[in-house]
Amino acid sequence: MLKVENATMRFGGLIAVNNASLDVREGSITGLIGPNGAGKTTLFAIIAGFLKPTEGAISLYGKDITTEQPHRRAISGIARTFQIVQPFAGLNVHENITVGAYLRHAKPSDAVEKAREVARQVGLEKDLEKSAASLTVAGRKRLELARALATEPKILLLDEVLAGLNPSEIRDIIPVIRTIRNSGVTILMIEHVMQAVMNLCEHVYVLAQGKMIAEGTPTVVCNDQAVIEAYLGKGSAERIARQSAENTGGPNA
Amino acid sequence: MIGRGYLPIILVTLLIAATPLVISSNSFFNFTVLVLIIALAAQGWNLLGGIGGQTSFGHSMFFGIGAYTASMLQTHLGVNAWLSLVAAIAAGALAGLIVGFLSFRAGLRGSYFALVTLAFAELLRVLANASELTGGAAGLLLKLDPGFANMQFSSRPTFMLLALAFVFASLVITQKIVNSRFGAHLVAVRENEDAAKALGVDVLTVKLKAISLSGAMTAAAGVLYVQYFLYIDAGIAFGIWISIEALLAPMVGGRGMVLGPLIGAFTLHGLGEITKSFAGRVPGIDLIVFAIVLIVVIAFASSGILGLLKKLADRFSSKEGA
Repeated sequence: MLKVENATMRFGGLIAVNNASLDVREGSITGLIGPNGAGKTTLFAIIAGFLKPTEGAISLYGKDITTEQPHRRAISGIARTFQIVQPFAGLNVHENITVGAYLRHAKPSDAVEKAREVARQVGLEKDLEKSAASLTVAGRKRLELARALATEPKILLLDEVLAGLNPSEIRDIIPVIRTIRNSGVTILMIEHVMQAVMNLCEHVYVLAQGKMIAEGTPTVVCNDQAVIEAYLGKGSAERIARQSAENTGGPNA
Repeated sequence: MIGRGYLPIILVTLLIAATPLVISSNSFFNFTVLVLIIALAAQGWNLLGGIGGQTSFGHSMFFGIGAYTASMLQTHLGVNAWLSLVAAIAAGALAGLIVGFLSFRAGLRGSYFALVTLAFAELLRVLANASELTGGAAGLLLKLDPGFANMQFSSRPTFMLLALAFVFASLVITQKIVNSRFGAHLVAVRENEDAAKALGVDVLTVKLKAISLSGAMTAAAGVLYVQYFLYIDAGIAFGIWISIEALLAPMVGGRGMVLGPLIGAFTLHGLGEITKSFAGRVPGIDLIVFAIVLIVVIAFASSGILGLLKKLADRFSSKEGA
């Protein structure tokens, strides 16, 4: 449903995204992984319309949206969260989510009700009256999620919603993400927490130094030579293979 | 059944409307009319700067456009005062749209936007001072001809009620906006533009709507001023004084809160008058009081008097609950 074709993003001499393409299937949870500085967030910004790609095209349901403004894309059904959370700090949790809900509900009472419903879905119903600024990191991540979800998107772009959470918080939020998908929202997520990627994603794209270097199911990608080298350095795939061969060879080798 | 937030507005309006029943001093009505005019101008500022977070240092441009449009139409073309009022409000909205389009489309925010508004106001002041249409440095005098048709009232309480009606309308409009989707979008733009965009808020349109409504309100205040004093010149209309009044009142009363400008204007000028009555001989003593009030508010109650009251009320009610 969402297609990025040969997107390139240049900032002066720096090429942040280099001829990257991806294709998100409707109803899937697709992962986008890669080492730090690979250009994942830049690619998200291009998809959500915050950056105009130097080259390439983005389309949603076959319709070209490359030149559309971010708010137009939100109306078309693309919602994003921010890696660095961007709450409306002066507002409480309920008001924050209501801003998102207003996208599809012009009437205040409808929007407020929708926001309450979304809060319940992500587990924020107890914090509705709290100020957004007073939330914990985990709470703020949930708020990002809730606000994006309140726009009733067709595709949800999650930019490291699990980063900074402790293992038990991650365990709590994984089923929430799965429920969102099951309610019919396609998900594209940037994630470093491999436990979650392996657990949730059906298809994974790997970006390194701006280039798409691999794609496939999580297991396939994790054993890909190029991916291992991108994370651990050149020659490391070979070294790991040799080491594991030595280990299995046991004391005789 | 009245909606959320309207009850305090109605009560405050009734309170002010009842003053002629107990007070008959002309200086009181002079004072109240001026405060109401400032409160109206400040409500315009509050919509854009308080709720929308786009701080303007040049709201005198809208005040002046309102005042000059009304007086030029009446003196040069003999247009009816009420029609001039409508035209002046429309001119304020249009000016807002133009200034907003030029500055917001270029992405100006924060102090850059503030400086541009100041520049526009100064530009207009210089032009009004030089142009023949605006009476140049001599200014424009409206012909004294009291009567409802000319929007001139010889009775001060009557004019006060007229000004109060305008303030009441501005309060109701602002409350309506605060309760609406547009209001939520405006606050979202103030708090975080990028997050607002991601949630489908058309930031430019929201800002343009806000600045034209803001311009319209402040222009109406300019019209009231000229209908009351029957005289306008460039220094009054586009002077820095009204820009400062328009932003000081919401700051002191409660920035972004519907009743903030009205409360702020009454507090500031009330204190100013009281000091003047004690130390009348010292020129500018009321300005010193303004400065002290501002420093105290910024240091101890950054969300203004209403914000402070709300905080105290919250603390009190949470203590009750505990």
